[in-house]
Amino acid sequence: MRSSQSLGMSDTRTLASAKRMLRKDVMTCNKAVAESVKLCDVDVIAAYPITPQTSIVEYLAEFVAKKEIDAEYIKVESEHSALSALVGASPAGARTFTATSSQGLILMSEVMFTASGMRLPIVMANANRALSAPLNIWNDQQDSLAVRDSGWIQFYAENNQEALDYVIQCYKISENKKVMLPSMVNLDGFYLTHTLEPTEIPDKKDVKKFLPPYEPEYRLDPESPLTFGFFAGPDSYQEFRYEQQKAMENAERVIKEAAKDYYGFTGRKYSAIEEYKLDKKDTVLLTVGSVSGTVKEVVDKLEKKYSVGVAKLRMFRPFPFEEIRRIASRAKIIGVIEKDVIIGVNQGAVATEIKNALYGSKSIPVLSFIVGLGGRDTPPSTVEKIIKICENALEKPEKESYWMDLK
Amino acid sequence: MREIRFHGRGGQGAVTAAELLAVAAFYDGKYSQAFPFFGVERRGAPVTAFARIDDKFIRIRSQIYEPDYIIVQDASLLDAVNVSEGLKQNGEIIINTEKTAAEIRPKLKLKKEAKVYTVNATKVALDVLGVPIVNTAMLGALACATKEVTLDSIKKAIEKRFPEKLAVKNIKAVEEAYRQMKE
Repeated sequence: MRSSQSLGMSDTRTLASAKRMLRKDVMTCNKAVAESVKLCDVDVIAAYPITPQTSIVEYLAEFVAKKEIDAEYIKVESEHSALSALVGASPAGARTFTATSSQGLILMSEVMFTASGMRLPIVMANANRALSAPLNIWNDQQDSLAVRDSGWIQFYAENNQEALDYVIQCYKISENKKVMLPSMVNLDGFYLTHTLEPTEIPDKKDVKKFLPPYEPEYRLDPESPLTFGFFAGPDSYQEFRYEQQKAMENAERVIKEAAKDYYGFTGRKYSAIEEYKLDKKDTVLLTVGSVSGTVKEVVDKLEKKYSVGVAKLRMFRPFPFEEIRRIASRAKIIGVIEKDVIIGVNQGAVATEIKNALYGSKSIPVLSFIVGLGGRDTPPSTVEKIIKICENALEKPEKESYWMDLK
Repeated sequence: MREIRFHGRGGQGAVTAAELLAVAAFYDGKYSQAFPFFGVERRGAPVTAFARIDDKFIRIRSQIYEPDYIIVQDASLLDAVNVSEGLKQNGEIIINTEKTAAEIRPKLKLKKEAKVYTVNATKVALDVLGVPIVNTAMLGALACATKEVTLDSIKKAIEKRFPEKLAVKNIKAVEEAYRQMKE
């Protein structure tokens, strides 16, 4: 019955069929990501190793060498080149994958805007890690939030299973003709990348059914020449940008459809926000990524003492404005727990977006809690402190922003 | 939930030990989690690794501050690191040393309910493996002292992890440490 617990499945039919199709093993998140790429029949992989993403690249290189993946593995000298190689391969009709982290992502950022502007359904795994300087190899989410405006869809995983599941869904979403935008799956460095835990690998046959081969509407073909991402003057550039925005809006619906289909063969439910014990609660702790699990544990422990629940934000782009407004309409205060800060704003990027979502609707306090920068651990005691601050702020918040565990 | 903290030195396989324990617990039908203390690995430097075992999926992601069990792979760490920090009141600590538990106990700041076990894992590793890599031997000692994981599952985890020749030797080390611990 173990699988039924982890999958949260209600009807026995789904349970029985899921049991038949799933393989379970203990693995790190980096391994889970590599396994998911194997399931997706990727044609071209180009990536450059960087801590804590490295073992993703190693596993994929091994899979290609052993012919477990029938893909071209392009060795490159930098992350900029890695994504550039895919910007060449993707318009030719190839299903592509890359993985990076931190400095690598920032080096890639120039090409990220290009990939999105060219409407290429590239999928990337990003191992969330702090940015230099000072040099730091540990986890926070500054890297991916720094490229929030690059036109990539962004998911954040709480655990290894989610990371694996997102990669598979990302191809389905990105390759949809109404979307055609690249996607990024974010996994917290070390907290997920290097953590072993039970993870279920779907059956390849089911994934194939869910994710048919990539058939682009337009592709590079010498027989009928086209150009991608070439040049657009003042007469048309603005329209290209508008189309990107529309595509991101379309993605919301497509993400929901993909989640529904994915549930059909895995029994695992995905939505923009996972609500945990949120019903009739005063305080909503809004979380992103792996810290969500620790926060849920603390909420379980303190639920008799405090009126508190968790809203786990699973995607940052597109941003689920409607869902945030719905959750806020039933709550009295939102505490956003996030591992990044916008220097000059003194809040995290998620908190400011929540406020953006609530502008003009029900006004409740939104507090920004900055935790875990550069890998500082977020123990249950820190979460307890956050709950108490929110509780005290129900009457009148003292301030908007809290740097937790600052020395 | 049971929380286990491993202390070793870089190159002694503390991270591998935590991972093998998590895999073994999974084979026992439990949920598990293993992760390193996220450091820059250097040979000889103090290394910490963590494992959790439970009957349900483990959601908590923070480091382990109040372990049920502590494994010390290198007794020289007792002078460098506060290895027993946060050990639960009736927790257990297993130390690789040639000394007896009674001899080593005064070096640790322990509550009186806490248990100390010692095993000469270095000797086991040198005899069986020919190298002083004690991680698998310490798992044998852990299995015997705590009963949190079965010997069979540890062997299975080792078979899966290592090439056959190395697996056979490491399984011997596990069995020998288990046997010595039993005595």
